[in-house]
Amino acid sequence: MACGCAERIDEELLEPFLSQEGINAKGNLIAILQKAQDIYGYLPAEILAYIARRTGIKPAKIMSVVTFYTQFRLKPVGKNLILLCQGTACHVNGSTVIEGAIQDTLGVGEGDISPDGLFTYNNVACIGCCSLAPVMMIGEKAYGGLTKAKAAQILKGIGQEQEGREGQEGQGQAGREGAAV
Amino acid sequence: MRITVGKGSCGIAAGASEVFDRLEGGLLASDSFSVTATGCIGTCYLEPIVNVEADVEADTKVHTFVRVTPAAAAEILKFARNLPSDAGKYAIAPEDLDVLGGQQRIALRNCGVINPESIDEYMARQGYEAYQTCVQARTPEEVIEEIKISGLSGRGGAGFPTWFKWNAARGAPGEEKYIICNADEGDPGAFMDRALIEGDPHAVLEGMMIAAYAIGAREGMIYVRAEYPLAIIRLGKALEQAREKGLLGEGIMGRDFSFDIRIKAGAGAFVCGEETALIASLEGERGMPRIRPPFPAQSGYRRKPSNINNVETYANIPWIIRSGGAAFAAMGTENSKGAKVFALAGKIAKGGLVEVAMGKTINDVVYGVGGGITGGKAFKAVQMGGPSGGCIPASLGDTMIDYRTLAATGAIMGSGGMVVMDESTCMVDIARFFLDFTCKESCGKCTHCRVGNRRMLEILDRICDGHGQEGDVDLLYNLAVQIKDGSLCALGQTAPNPVLTTIRYFRHEYEDHILHKKCTAHHCKQLLTYTIDDKQCIGCTMCALECAANAIEGRFRQAHAIDQEKCDKCGVCAEMCHAVSVE
Ligand SMILES: Cc1cc2nc3c(=O)[nH]c(=O)nc-3n(C[C@H](O)[C@H](O)[C@H](O)COP(=O)(O)O)c2cc1C
Ligand code: FES
Repeated sequence: MACGCAERIDEELLEPFLSQEGINAKGNLIAILQKAQDIYGYLPAEILAYIARRTGIKPAKIMSVVTFYTQFRLKPVGKNLILLCQGTACHVNGSTVIEGAIQDTLGVGEGDISPDGLFTYNNVACIGCCSLAPVMMIGEKAYGGLTKAKAAQILKGIGQEQEGREGQEGQGQAGREGAAV
Repeated sequence: MRITVGKGSCGIAAGASEVFDRLEGGLLASDSFSVTATGCIGTCYLEPIVNVEADVEADTKVHTFVRVTPAAAAEILKFARNLPSDAGKYAIAPEDLDVLGGQQRIALRNCGVINPESIDEYMARQGYEAYQTCVQARTPEEVIEEIKISGLSGRGGAGFPTWFKWNAARGAPGEEKYIICNADEGDPGAFMDRALIEGDPHAVLEGMMIAAYAIGAREGMIYVRAEYPLAIIRLGKALEQAREKGLLGEGIMGRDFSFDIRIKAGAGAFVCGEETALIASLEGERGMPRIRPPFPAQSGYRRKPSNINNVETYANIPWIIRSGGAAFAAMGTENSKGAKVFALAGKIAKGGLVEVAMGKTINDVVYGVGGGITGGKAFKAVQMGGPSGGCIPASLGDTMIDYRTLAATGAIMGSGGMVVMDESTCMVDIARFFLDFTCKESCGKCTHCRVGNRRMLEILDRICDGHGQEGDVDLLYNLAVQIKDGSLCALGQTAPNPVLTTIRYFRHEYEDHILHKKCTAHHCKQLLTYTIDDKQCIGCTMCALECAANAIEGRFRQAHAIDQEKCDKCGVCAEMCHAVSVE
């Protein structure tokens, strides 16, 4: 069940969002797509067609928006999405070396799913933690001051932790951030 | 008495959440203090930072602890309980305490001081007083006049006078008007807006509310980068709190004034920071810019008059209303008033967020506030303004921070990103880096930007790969001039700036690459030569085993040598052995 491509894609999951008042307008296309990507992890062709039917927006129009913004993916991703910063501060501090380390550890290139189904990495431009460069973000947690060894170790650590948890169903999500008070 | 932990994204990345949890979990029923989260104080290089604020008579004495590990949390708790502890090991060094000294905190006045998720803490520091003054005691015209006196100009990059835009939107015909906050922060290498929103979201909201009152808008929108999840969460909470207090909604403060704000998450496109593209994106379209005029103040969101300002611009507004425009105008230079927030990063010893009065010099910031270069290397240049800006060489370090003097160097003030570079940074590679970025981010609407920048990138690629040709620099220059002239929006018009400034100040590096096939910064791989010093080589054979290109030959216990034809410059041998030198 690593990537989910064999599973049936359930259109109903998106329905509550689409039926919200005022959401079903052209002005909210980006929000609808973001929600869909949240639910399915990427934007499956069936879902794009479904959105077109439900909103009356032409499929070509939807596609033009999807391909314009880097956030939207047409391919599934691994369980953990790694955003590797390639911003200026990170570039100056050696982010290309970190990319090499990630590739070596995962054995795949940008945008592809690692063989164990756990990771996909994408290059992004700046995640706003420049003073800790080089930086990567996994889920909603940022890791700073990376070296080749540290990056590899973080990925291995997450891999081991999640494989160990595979059996124990329904664990609370690690590293969630938000409620600070 | 209380303990605060800096929980901005940077603090969290350094481990502040674990520290916070340990502190909170270690609290005893008998403790007379609480543990609170704050935003980023700006000294990111010291994260995680914990403050113990003790009330001594009428004063608060703050003890700051830095680079706090989860294990150290227990020591800090002991310290707060007045018990003997090891906390002193983590106490901030006196020279670091001084970092805040050279600053002028206006937009950042509350960052790192208050709990950003508490409207009460914001209000305890005169928050929303300015808004109340405006709505209850000033006419919109008076508000705009105050901003005019202050001389505030837009902090998003272009530096356009804020009052002028407000006035135009106010004067534009029509009932339906909008306030937009630009929190797209596209400059890769900058984080002012993120830290501001995470550290003091109410200041941004209050600025927007005052703007709404001044121009007569009923609806506001904040366009935030999707890469800033924490900022989005904190804005959402702040909005809820403001609604509960009746600061947003219908008939605010019993007046005939209604206003509310929505958050819109961006979807990752640099060009959406440009105001007309941002508006297209808000409308659910591809974020393509359009020709101005008409300006958004006349025809913006839904073709209605809209005022769009940057996060930091709005954060300055409440202070200006409270302290008076004249107090703001008293700071700075002839044509740049107030203070500016900068995100210091790159090869800087004390990276982080600083706010300095306009008129300080680049050296003041790099050496005075930033503590100079990491590892004691030589300061080479500072990049300001991101992909639209340029590299200012160390020799111009006494340039004043002022819109005009900075523009005269070929760079721009920009939104506040300052990436510091040292001798190990190759300036040709930096130019290539930015061009690669703009090529990927060009929306493709106009030819000069879409095709022209790609051609420039190809030339820079070949120079860095050792295939540069004589005349390439002039070719780059000619292309740059044409792209600046022919592009539709400011993305294309400014994209060549990083190339032009590096040619202007570092032409010799281009020539080294092209004519001598040398990269003096030792960065461009294809221009490096690896050699083994046969006096130092002990013939351990390790390098030969590791070399993926099979380029190293030699017998056990005899000096090895690298076959330059086969070497693919991966650098593995130099990393593992000091006998390998790089030229
Ligand atoms: C390519 C491009 C990117 C921009 N990115 C940003 C940005 O990330 N944040 C911002 O506030 N302004 C950005 N701007 C400037 C905006 O177009 C606009 O001038 C600004 O939001 C106005 O606000 P201000 O007057 O308060 O500075 C960008 C402009 C261009 C051409
Ligand atoms: S440049 Fe990497 S976080 Fe900003």
